[in-house]
Amino acid sequence: MHVAADTEKCISSGHCAMAAPEVFDQDEETGIVRLRTDHPAAEHEAGVHDAAAVCPVLAITVSAERLG
Amino acid sequence: MTRSSIGASGRVENDVPAFPMPRAKGCPLDPPPGLRGLQAEAPLVRIRLWDGSTPWLVTRHDVQRALLADERIGSDSLLPGYPHVSESFQARAADLQTFITMDDPEHARQRRMLSPSFTLRRIEQLRPTVQGIVDDLVDGLLAGPKPADLVSAFALPVPSLVICHVLGVPYEDHEFFQRTSRLLIARETAAETALAAQMELVGYLDQLIGRKLAEPADDLLSQLAVEQLQTGQMSRQQLAMMSLLLLVGGHETSADMIALGTLALLTNPDQLAVLRHTDDPTVIARATEELLRYLSVAHGGRRRVALEDIEIAGEVIRAGEGLVLPSEIGDRDERVYPRPDVLDLHRDARQHLAFGFGIHQCLGQPLVRVELQAVYGTLYRRIPTLALAVEPSELEFKEEGFVYGVHELPVTW
Ligand code: HEM
Ligand code: SF4
Repeated sequence: MHVAADTEKCISSGHCAMAAPEVFDQDEETGIVRLRTDHPAAEHEAGVHDAAAVCPVLAITVSAERLG
Repeated sequence: MTRSSIGASGRVENDVPAFPMPRAKGCPLDPPPGLRGLQAEAPLVRIRLWDGSTPWLVTRHDVQRALLADERIGSDSLLPGYPHVSESFQARAADLQTFITMDDPEHARQRRMLSPSFTLRRIEQLRPTVQGIVDDLVDGLLAGPKPADLVSAFALPVPSLVICHVLGVPYEDHEFFQRTSRLLIARETAAETALAAQMELVGYLDQLIGRKLAEPADDLLSQLAVEQLQTGQMSRQQLAMMSLLLLVGGHETSADMIALGTLALLTNPDQLAVLRHTDDPTVIARATEELLRYLSVAHGGRRRVALEDIEIAGEVIRAGEGLVLPSEIGDRDERVYPRPDVLDLHRDARQHLAFGFGIHQCLGQPLVRVELQAVYGTLYRRIPTLALAVEPSELEFKEEGFVYGVHELPVTW
């Protein structure tokens, strides 16, 4: 699975870091989303989908696997 | 389906339901039946507001979410077509604005000045302070006379003390800012009264900012005064308005969640039992989200204007048309929440719209979560015999505000 976060859109709500702290973090200075990994382990898949669903500005996109 | 057909003149021809609508007697915690009726009818319908305007009402969860996250809608209350809550809200908007009713880029510029102070990590550091405030107030309640009014003895002091601590506002002045805040959020406050209250509060905060500039302390107002005002990023009036938003925004809403939440639990004893018998933070956090969904206290709808034509849910919203998006029905949409009128603390309610959605989603929500988790995780365990001291039918609800709540909640134990 591949995950991307749009830092331009992000409003620092922290929802993603709450839903999947192993994958998402907030920048110390700005609160903007920071990915800990863009290829989360299978065990965090559910959390990543939750994060994408609760992000208020739809900044998180999940795809099966990036090809190429 | 022709209820809201519009004639060639652009005027609404047949009868468009008036908004807001009354709640059913005996169901103070459920949204107005009229709104449920409209929700069953269509995702988008026309409503009539106090000034005769007929904006769209967005009834369903998925459409509310999609529109609130859509870059083609605006929150700027100076735009023509903006569906104002009341005459006094319109008058205040024309007087002074805060970033909650601004569009990007200015909205984002101002919000980003605050977001570092509201990250999960920063707010988590406040948890012991918040817990201490809650514990002290419960001690005070137990030591005081009973029955007691939970609103004035507990529900209002918790958020008041917390936001005063964060901002660096002296709590001694709470009677002043609680009174003026209440005037500002009541829909029926006369325009002159609301403007006077706004002026009083802005004047008060302006003086406080002056004191922070002279003697910066370790609080958010001092930090903003030094980092944003002194550097010219913001005018003194802008900072006073921003402080007003933070002070007013965090008061009644959180207090209503505490008082109304307690009422909801006392009238659902099986759910109250869940909180009475747990100290598991995961259970308490989940319960908090469900209470936020169930009560969705910021009533009366998010207010927006279409900036461009938007085709959605089988309708075309024209540029310049107003939108009203009430979370109290979005959060009771059975398409998302099976048996939506049942308070079920074990359900996953995280997609609720109680804090809004999109770029204006509540800035204070991490702080609210810490507050509510401390309250819901403490009050019912410390006072397991907590009970209403009056019949539920005797309670008076804040029908007149755009934040829903109960005026007094007499409790005993
Ligand atoms: C239970 C308590 C609360 C509820 C239900 C609540 C609800 C909301 C809602 C629904 C919005 C979105 C408005 C819109 O989209 O038009 C909002 C925005 C906002 N809230 Fe809260 N709020 C609460 C507590 C707080 C607290 C404690 C603070 C202050 C620390 C706060 C500060 C703000 C600010 C600054 C905004 C504007 C955000 C923006 O425009 O970007 N709120 N709140
Ligand atoms: S949930 Fe969305 S808005 Fe919130 S921090 Fe994560 S990416 Fe940013």
